[in-house]
Amino acid sequence: MLFKLSLKNIKKSFKDYAIYFFTLILGVAIFYVFNAIESQTVLLKVTSSTREIIDLMVNMLSGVSVFVSFVLGFLIIFASRFLMKRRNKEFGIYLTLGMSKGKISKILLCETIIIGIISLAVGLLIGVALSQLMSIFVANMFEADMTEFTFIFSSKATIKTLIYFGIMYLLVMIFNTVSISKCKLIHLLQASRKSENIKMKNSVVCLITFIIAVCILGYAYACVTINVEQLDTADKIFIPIILGVVGTFLVVWSLSGLVLKIVMNIKKLYYKGLNSFTLRQISSKINTTVFSMSIICLMLFVTICVLSSSLSIKNSMTANLTSLAPIDIELSKTRNISKEKQEEFSYSDEMVAESYNTIAESLEKVGFDLQKYFRDMVNVNIYATDELTVEDTLGNKLEETKELYPYLTYHVAETIMKLSDYNKVAMLYGNETYELEDNEYLIVADFEQWINLRNPALKDNTIITLNDKEYYPKYQECQDGFVAISNNHINAGIIVVPNHAVTENWLEEEKLLANYNAVNDEERKEIENIIINLNGDGIYLNASTKLSIYEASVGLGSLVTFIGLYLGIIFLLSSAAILALKELSESTDNKERFNMLRKLGTDEKLINKALFRQIFIFFMFPLVLAIIHSIFGIMFCDYILMSFGNEQLLPSIIMTAIFLIIIYGGYFLITYFCSKNIIKETL
Amino acid sequence: MEKILELSKVEKYYGNKSSLTKALNNISFSVEKKEFVAIMGASGSGKTTLLNCISTIDRVTAGHIFVAGEDITKLKGNSLNKFRREELGFIFQDFNLLDTLTAYENIALALSIQNVNVNEIDQRIKEVAKKLNIKDVLDKYPYQMSGGQKQRVASARAIITNPKLILADEPTGALDSKSSKMLLESFNYLNQELDATILMVTHDAFTASYATRVIFIKDGKIFNEIHKGDSTRKEFFDKIIDVVTLLGGDYSDAL
Repeated sequence: MLFKLSLKNIKKSFKDYAIYFFTLILGVAIFYVFNAIESQTVLLKVTSSTREIIDLMVNMLSGVSVFVSFVLGFLIIFASRFLMKRRNKEFGIYLTLGMSKGKISKILLCETIIIGIISLAVGLLIGVALSQLMSIFVANMFEADMTEFTFIFSSKATIKTLIYFGIMYLLVMIFNTVSISKCKLIHLLQASRKSENIKMKNSVVCLITFIIAVCILGYAYACVTINVEQLDTADKIFIPIILGVVGTFLVVWSLSGLVLKIVMNIKKLYYKGLNSFTLRQISSKINTTVFSMSIICLMLFVTICVLSSSLSIKNSMTANLTSLAPIDIELSKTRNISKEKQEEFSYSDEMVAESYNTIAESLEKVGFDLQKYFRDMVNVNIYATDELTVEDTLGNKLEETKELYPYLTYHVAETIMKLSDYNKVAMLYGNETYELEDNEYLIVADFEQWINLRNPALKDNTIITLNDKEYYPKYQECQDGFVAISNNHINAGIIVVPNHAVTENWLEEEKLLANYNAVNDEERKEIENIIINLNGDGIYLNASTKLSIYEASVGLGSLVTFIGLYLGIIFLLSSAAILALKELSESTDNKERFNMLRKLGTDEKLINKALFRQIFIFFMFPLVLAIIHSIFGIMFCDYILMSFGNEQLLPSIIMTAIFLIIIYGGYFLITYFCSKNIIKETL
Repeated sequence: MEKILELSKVEKYYGNKSSLTKALNNISFSVEKKEFVAIMGASGSGKTTLLNCISTIDRVTAGHIFVAGEDITKLKGNSLNKFRREELGFIFQDFNLLDTLTAYENIALALSIQNVNVNEIDQRIKEVAKKLNIKDVLDKYPYQMSGGQKQRVASARAIITNPKLILADEPTGALDSKSSKMLLESFNYLNQELDATILMVTHDAFTASYATRVIFIKDGKIFNEIHKGDSTRKEFFDKIIDVVTLLGGDYSDAL
């Protein structure tokens, strides 16, 4: 009997449940898809370095899943509370008929179980289907071969989904039982008749609060953008975060009242058509949901930042590769280790002895045929001396710079290269080559912050001294270029000087740059494996190769992208669902109001317009605030991720916008059409 | 006298062939300009159906209803809405004020959906508020007002558009006797001083006694009709009670 009643209840109120259901199913599906990645990647043929990154990603995803389950858990409890409110009268009737509260709880229990089973079943089905698409995406991301399609069903992810969502539904049941046992019959029966108390906020208080909130937000924005250099320790970031949260809350609290007051004073606008009605609807709704509105706004903000940054990392990491790793391999070796250095860094005697051999000599020793495997070889030396430290190259600007960047180490030797050596590298890379007079020097760098740090000194015509000879900067700013291959702009600065300025005993490091003597990727991989196996032969060579850089950046980029996507989609889903449920749960009240308007003779067109505006503004309000936050948030992310090379921000912002439009916009449209359906009833 | 409302052979059936309910069974009557007509009947007699048909909220099964010469049973869609907002004023038992708006804004809404300009709205509201004595509640929300005040605000909203016909559905149904009296007196004021034509549905003899004519309905048909004429309200009340007694014992809730 109870089961029948529950089933009928669900059927009857399917319209109200539709969005809740829809959200649950999506939640289950997404949860499954991201947890099933593990089993999908098992089958991928990837190198061991990529495998390591995949394992790291799987671990992180399962950690993030715990957090995601908290978010979804809150969402589900929140949603079920809304739906409970709508059914107060129904429960009241049960109670007056003599049904015990225990029985009502049992009905709800039945309902939750039915909903839970259906949503899990449908969600898992969709999840399994989606995860097939996902496996193509995963393979694509890690650039693995997808020669044959295999249907993958992850029982581990299924069990995990069942357990996590089972716990969530259990919590909902407990929550429902508690709230039923607490309610009073009179309140249940009169729930619909209770008219809303509208407390008009004092406009002066609103205005002052708003100004304070804007100041707080402004300060928080400034903290993460203009004064970002001051955020040098991790704990300082909490100040703008807390200020941002407080500011958001205050803005939401004050703005609804303020806007209402302002528009009310523009009488021509306010008393036009249904404007007064729409505005009041929105402001009363926002007034009663300041807290959830603020949360939604912050969630959207996090979503936008996470999505756009994570997508841009992936983009920029791979995009930079062709220009920043133009050759296959860079071998480097610390040369001519002195006695003092040996003591300082406790190098082994063997290594010190070995360091007096050139790279070519070392390779010959272990029987590696340079001519056979390499072509386009360039051999260059890197010098360093305590005569020239960062302090010296900054010259008069040192104090100024120290104030701006107090935590940098300034007493550190600069990297010096001979002009001829640098030009050889530049030619190989296709970069610009330079000429210098006997008393000139130049700095090549591509790390933006370091460029900013160095340029004032160059502009100041800072003279450097090497072997008691003075050198003037040829250019007033850093020149673009690099020597070490990498996936990012990380060249902090190389001082290029005329050949005669360098003394050979400053020799610090030797580099051998080359391409593999190979025609295709397979041959390249073979050569790479030979080189990797050389290690341990006691030749103390460091190799960074295009292939390894590529794999690392692809892997890291994918890792960040997956986690960003996972969190972003869940956050977006949750906030849109809360708004939609809030709007729909009030549709009964709205139905009466709109019926009233119809009785007054309002045109259907005007009513639909009012409804659309009402829902549109309700959805847009947190989004607009979140977008304003995000402008500064993304600037901050950009700064943090500078070392990843964030030139690719625009496409990722567009991608984020697409996600936002599809998920958030989708919820908005569903809400609008559902509400329209609910208020449509004839008079 | 000009006929504002004319019903001719109006019928309204509910249900299907096997169980047909004739809510209105061949009703014809007319209301002239400046009349204040009350329609009385027990619950289930069809009086609310009648009002719903006149107000175009419901459609008749057969017959015609003319308002100021126009056959409103033939109106459809937006012209129906236009008719409702321009020609009719509504007063409901449960006030039907929008709880999110102040009294002023509730009244203004009736005009703003007709695209009346702001200055005129303000002027007209002030005027009507003075007449109905609701000046000091204009800035209040419905939940801050008494039942009587709410109903007077609803009345103000009904008459502000200068409708040809004001329809009132049990306007005193949710009011205590003092508020009822005040409201009915303002109805009289609207009727006599502002020449408003009012059609009121009620089951309360006291309320009906403020009208100039009372039409009794029983089982969907007109049962009787009495005019106030020159009699005082008290005498008219007694006359109504006589008819109510005639209507039968099931009308014991009339007092």
